[in-house]
Amino acid sequence: MSSAAPAPERGWTAAVRRRLVTALPPEKLLPDSQPAYMASWVYVFGVLTVSSLIVVLVSGGLLALKGPAWWHVSTVGKYVNSLHLWSVELFMFVLVLHLWAKFFMAAWRGRRALTWMTGVVAFLTAIGTAFSGYLVQQNFDSQWIADQAKDGMNAVGIGAFWNVLDFGQMLMWHIVLFPVVICLLSAWHVLLVRLRGIVPPIDAPLTDAEQVPPGQEGQA
Amino acid sequence: MRRGTRRAGTPESSAFPTRPYDLIKEVTIALVLVAALTAGLAALFSSPDEPPVTLGSWSRADSADFTATAVSELGGTSTTAQYGPPYNHTPGAGQKIGPVGLQRFAGVRIPIDTANDFVIQPLRQAPEPAPVTAALTTWNTAPANQQQAWTSAYADALGKAPNGDLAQVPPGDYGPVPVLTARLLELAQSGALDGELLTEGTQFYQTDYTRPLLFLGDGTYFAGLAQDQHLAGDQWGMMNETGNYPGQAWLWLYTFWYQIEPFKSSHNADALVWALMALLSLVLALVPFLPGIRSIPRWTRVHRLIWRDYYRTQQPPR
Repeated sequence: MSSAAPAPERGWTAAVRRRLVTALPPEKLLPDSQPAYMASWVYVFGVLTVSSLIVVLVSGGLLALKGPAWWHVSTVGKYVNSLHLWSVELFMFVLVLHLWAKFFMAAWRGRRALTWMTGVVAFLTAIGTAFSGYLVQQNFDSQWIADQAKDGMNAVGIGAFWNVLDFGQMLMWHIVLFPVVICLLSAWHVLLVRLRGIVPPIDAPLTDAEQVPPGQEGQA
Repeated sequence: MRRGTRRAGTPESSAFPTRPYDLIKEVTIALVLVAALTAGLAALFSSPDEPPVTLGSWSRADSADFTATAVSELGGTSTTAQYGPPYNHTPGAGQKIGPVGLQRFAGVRIPIDTANDFVIQPLRQAPEPAPVTAALTTWNTAPANQQQAWTSAYADALGKAPNGDLAQVPPGDYGPVPVLTARLLELAQSGALDGELLTEGTQFYQTDYTRPLLFLGDGTYFAGLAQDQHLAGDQWGMMNETGNYPGQAWLWLYTFWYQIEPFKSSHNADALVWALMALLSLVLALVPFLPGIRSIPRWTRVHRLIWRDYYRTQQPPR
């Protein structure tokens, strides 16, 4: 019994799927092998950063279950707040180590500039997120940090729109807008790493096929 | 000028020999490790939670400072009253970066009239004893220069009274100011003022603490508590937190500029430090395109340590 050949996939959805699978086939998205030069503990900081971010999000989510004032009046809440605090400290620590490692590896080489830039913007967003978290603790630290920070914000005009003394505004930024941006940037960053592969060692020679013929060096 | 294809080009990572690698296993192990470490640190060190200062606790602990601050709010001489944008239109106020005044450009978007918002309105909202009603009428019908003369005279007298003791202020031409500020102190000590400054119009739910925080920040009591907790600007301010906790250590560079000249003594310190940090952040993001800076990794040769196995064996790409 013969069956008809499948009709070619058509439409926007099929086109997007084809493009995604071509750019990031499953074996590239979830690899089970890596270049042999990836043999250093320094590579651990990237995955530790992602792991810390997950713990930060989960502990923050637990705090959100009972609202921003819960941890002041509950022993369990205080512990969950401590989890959130220390996961942020770990996140920022490994993130900075990851950033320095990638700097000294010149990890932007080989069409990886966007990977570097998304990482830097994610780092700056993480600073803003942590800062807004300090503003919504509802204790003396929050009051003092807000009082001091307002001058910096106001001095460059940001404070007129982003008021650090407004607890409601800061809470929404801390638990909604900043996390969404960080998650999107992190996902983009990781996908770029999977797309381009990890950067080869500095001064690693090109393959014969990659060599530019003599006399055409300036055209590459 | 390019120095040759071998240095300028970067080979594709797929051109190198490979080794087995289990991404999911690595992520899982890292997640368990981080979660366990976080749980341990949280159990060992907990987290700081210094109770907030209220207008009630401030006025009860240091009534002289509260009253002096209230007089300055009423007379328009407090830090907030003369702040400029985004709170009010104080002539000449607002920081600049060279000739550029972004603070003034953003405008007055959170209008604060300290005399009305911090003193007169809260007194109006609370039950008014007859002397307070009379004092409010006297205040509201007096010309501005008379109001300033009263507050100025009373502020001077408070400053000269032993320990700022209100009972030891000598008699003088202070108009209704002593009655108004004494009633405000009474409201603050009862806890009523905290709620009054938070309430705007007919709203019930509130989340904006701009007014009570600005009032609190205009006194010296709040700053004194922060100084005791090593949180002042000249103590690396915001990157610290109460107790022995790491705080926002990642703000070290931002805080650092405030400790040195020319920022330390500049009236435009905040604007200048922000401009500098914005520039440095831009440089960090654009490192791949900045000649010289992008070559630092090659010069420092830290990469020889990171890829020591590769350089030792020099595995050529296929």
